[in-house]
Amino acid sequence: MSTVTFASTDVELNEEGFFTHPEQWTEDMVPELARREGIEPVTDAHRQVIRFMRNEYLTKGAGPSVRVLGKTSGVSIKELYRLFPKGPAKIAARIAGIPKPRGCI
Amino acid sequence: MILGGGTGGTLTANRLRREYSAAEMRITVVDQDDRHVYQPGLLFVPFGLAHPEEIVRPRGRQLHDGIEFRQCAIDHVDIETNHVYLADGSVLDYDVLVIATGAVLVPEETVGLTGPGWMEKVFTFYTPEGAGALEAALATFDGGRVAVNVVDMPIKCPVAPLEFCFLADWYFRERGIRDQVELTYVTPLDGAFTKPVASAQLGGMLAEKGIELVTEFNTGDVDGASGRLTSYDGREVDFDLAVIVPLHSGAAYVARSPGLGDELNFVPTDEHTLQSKAAPNVFVIGDAANVPASKAGSVTHFEGETLVANVRRYLEAEPLEPGFDGHTNCFIESGFHKALLIDFNYDTEPLPGHFPTSVGLPLLKESRLNHLGKLMFQWFYWHSLLPGRDIPGVGSSMPTAGKTTTALGGTRKD
Repeated sequence: MSTVTFASTDVELNEEGFFTHPEQWTEDMVPELARREGIEPVTDAHRQVIRFMRNEYLTKGAGPSVRVLGKTSGVSIKELYRLFPKGPAKIAARIAGIPKPRGCI
Repeated sequence: MILGGGTGGTLTANRLRREYSAAEMRITVVDQDDRHVYQPGLLFVPFGLAHPEEIVRPRGRQLHDGIEFRQCAIDHVDIETNHVYLADGSVLDYDVLVIATGAVLVPEETVGLTGPGWMEKVFTFYTPEGAGALEAALATFDGGRVAVNVVDMPIKCPVAPLEFCFLADWYFRERGIRDQVELTYVTPLDGAFTKPVASAQLGGMLAEKGIELVTEFNTGDVDGASGRLTSYDGREVDFDLAVIVPLHSGAAYVARSPGLGDELNFVPTDEHTLQSKAAPNVFVIGDAANVPASKAGSVTHFEGETLVANVRRYLEAEPLEPGFDGHTNCFIESGFHKALLIDFNYDTEPLPGHFPTSVGLPLLKESRLNHLGKLMFQWFYWHSLLPGRDIPGVGSSMPTAGKTTTALGGTRKD
């Protein structure tokens, strides 16, 4: 657990870099969060995926896996990897301030 | 009305039949075929330790007297009007629907998987046909690169591909050619398994056996002709023989049934009551549900008690009981006549110790006793699980008596 400041607000991250309290997230933190993941600049396509992840979490209680993201976000899996080369579901979840997608049990 | 005559459908029908007289309840089970596969047995087929015909029995014969078995494919369900439409044009109505149609393999969703080389040097052991074909291929395999790949989660029995690796190591050693075989386990997860304590233990076993572990590999493309797996992020694993666990989905009729399933055709279900989120008179058991438990026969068995109790409560207009705790119990065959046992639920990951009490089977540790347990389980499956009986000494909720919680360092990590 660590406390990090984004957009002048202190937030708590777990040891894997996911928000412990997703409600601490605000959209103006996105550029700083993305930079930590090596993503710069943040394009509209990135924002589309990040907003989609956030909405999925808020409505369903969990972020989607890459496979579900590819089926439902309107962005193909190939394109998702171009946007988030180190793993779309995980990286976009960190930037969207939501817990690690639990697609894997 | 019960859709699916596999583990969940059969044990639900048999439990309900014991609870209700014929005058009180009519029970119908629908399935598209009459082949009930003992799925844990598929793992042994490629190594010549089981034969497909030994692990398949007629579905209808596993159902007690007074249960109607209807063999027909399902076209769709209308949850608004409580009707099931069958492929032969007939329409069945229900008061309560239990969905037990499990998970299906969708290898065609992965680019190249069913193309050149499929069933020649690219196999799956998740079907009787695939496991049989792989047995023949392994028998003539005399060296080279073997890649065992899980395309993506969720899959049935998440430990099965690891067991396949352990048994392949044993099998090639027995044949005296282990030094000519490069064995690689390629997984989309960030370790050997999903849960931290078990993942460390199983990852260590892979290393001891000289099995290479490739993690966070999201398979984008399987090229059977040139023998290559390519991940979406451009990494490659070359193979001479590939053993693939394809993508899984819920049954296809779920997609044709408005409001019933999610984007992968699994049915959104309350993880504790097993009532679907689609309609109050629809319940879900086993792999068909989207609950965050493993897709495994033991889960289905442990769900049975809660499901039947809640069908009764629903019919009597009582509040449902949040009885299912996510209890999962898996033997992990590790080769050389040994196996591990893991036992966990939604809240507690697999821990060392003993099961079900401090004098029981060793947990998270290789032993010959666990191997015998795994072999004996087939008898229990046909004679205890499917009839809907409890296994003596093993309750539906996860036991804690014999477990060592210090492995967690005093804190939960999820």
